[in-house]
Amino acid sequence: MTVPLAEIAHARSGDKGDTVNIGVIAWRAEDFEVLRREVTAERVKAFFGELVTGEVERYELPNLGALNFLLHGALGGGGTLSLRTDAQGKTFASALLGMPVEVAVSNGTESASN
Amino acid sequence: MIRIANGQGFWGDWLEAPVRLVEQGPIDYLALDYLAEITMSIVQKQKLADPNLGYARDFPPLIGRIARQIRERGIKVVANAGGVNPVACAREVRRLAPELKVAVVEGDDLYPRLDELLGRGHMLANMETGEPLVSVRDRILSANAYIGAFPVAEALATGADVVIAGRCTDTALALAPMIHAFGWGAEQWNLLAAGTIAGHIIECGAQCTGGNCYVDWMSIPDMAGIGYPIVEAEADGTFVVTKHAGTGGRVSADVVKEQLLYELGDPRSYLTPDCTADFTTIQLADDGPDRVRVSGIRGRARPEKLKVSIAYQWGYKAIGSLVYTWPQAMEKAGAANRIVRERLAALGLRFDEIYTEYFGVNACHGPAAVANLDPPEVQLRIGVRGADKKAVDRFTRELVPLVLSGPPGATGFGDGRPPVREVVAYWPALLDREEVRTKVEVLA
Repeated sequence: MTVPLAEIAHARSGDKGDTVNIGVIAWRAEDFEVLRREVTAERVKAFFGELVTGEVERYELPNLGALNFLLHGALGGGGTLSLRTDAQGKTFASALLGMPVEVAVSNGTESASN
Repeated sequence: MIRIANGQGFWGDWLEAPVRLVEQGPIDYLALDYLAEITMSIVQKQKLADPNLGYARDFPPLIGRIARQIRERGIKVVANAGGVNPVACAREVRRLAPELKVAVVEGDDLYPRLDELLGRGHMLANMETGEPLVSVRDRILSANAYIGAFPVAEALATGADVVIAGRCTDTALALAPMIHAFGWGAEQWNLLAAGTIAGHIIECGAQCTGGNCYVDWMSIPDMAGIGYPIVEAEADGTFVVTKHAGTGGRVSADVVKEQLLYELGDPRSYLTPDCTADFTTIQLADDGPDRVRVSGIRGRARPEKLKVSIAYQWGYKAIGSLVYTWPQAMEKAGAANRIVRERLAALGLRFDEIYTEYFGVNACHGPAAVANLDPPEVQLRIGVRGADKKAVDRFTRELVPLVLSGPPGATGFGDGRPPVREVVAYWPALLDREEVRTKVEVLA
């Protein structure tokens, strides 16, 4: 079944120059594998479309059940140059939490902690 | 065990937070992080206007407020409040709190040495673009090396009540007290990485105690009285993240995970002047209410070079807005956007970028935004950026006329035309660490 990413993970985003980072953390350790399978760098890049002009990199932190994404060229120049409302990429995390992901029905979304 | 609190995540953070950290429970060190990447250029401009300024001006009055208590209880304050004028900052602290001994860490300011460094062949190339610094030499406003925790620990060793640094790393503010209290050495990479990660967790203040947090945020108690973070650090490099009893907010492993991922690059190589910290080695465990135990952290050798933060005058920008209402709010805003762009083109004005957002529809999330097909109102927000101040200024006169000469129902223009703002841009570079020599000065 398809659910929003928020059902299985939480997230926080921030900036470094013109790059946005999004940390995505599984609520339950067993869902880290679902994150690894579903939330690929390619899908994240496609999800944000024209907002991200550069590459998307993905790093894994299995000890935290987390993935870290670097979205390059994502802030219209970054820092003081950016003309955007969200010049520091603070809200990229909440957008990504709306991305549809495929989970097994037995995952029991009704018991998700958020 | 020592208790290190962080009472300020940036210059502009909650003024009451550090006072409450002192008043609401036990702490040994109060770390205050005032500097963001662009703050150095702001303080540099202030110093050019008045040679007695150029530092975080909120800091001396704060120390005045808490001086008696920190003196009586032996709490040490560690802050990167010095900006480009740490000695002036220290003098103002001494004026407001003459009973305190103040130590200043100097040597991060490379601005007076730029020609010397460039002359000896240091390129100070932009880490993102590779461009050599000479291409913007005449527009540079400030240049500071990021210094690490050891010079700050050296300042603590003077017995100062307050240690003021310029551009030291945010993480050094927490690591330095551990080096000072536990006698950690310069090559004890695992311990230095642990202290660095403790610093990373608390450097953004309440972001690790329930602020800006997606862990069931609506159930987080008493955010008005949110407790700022405290690290209970042990000599073996393990530590507990917590907050004072009875304060608002929440500390749990999930909350701390969010902050660990904040502004993170390659998790295996978190580079600081002190060490390379490996975030994939961190082990977290809930340790009672509002307590998270952190252990297992491993690190590697520090990088060969120091990062340098340079700010330079880039040009100008202006951002203006108008509000359009239902019906066809989005269509009206879109039509107004096209009219503005057509008029700017007809004037022959050139910009580096013209950027349009429809606030209420897609401003923050762009193509990822949840569809809002018939919004009751939309704020058209247009920004321009360019080197030509006259062109940017002319743009600021092109929005309000649409109230009479554009689509129907425009409002929200109460402040008139938007201001033209100078753009100071950030230029990250690398420099051999031998070129940066710090020293500690004591004012007592």
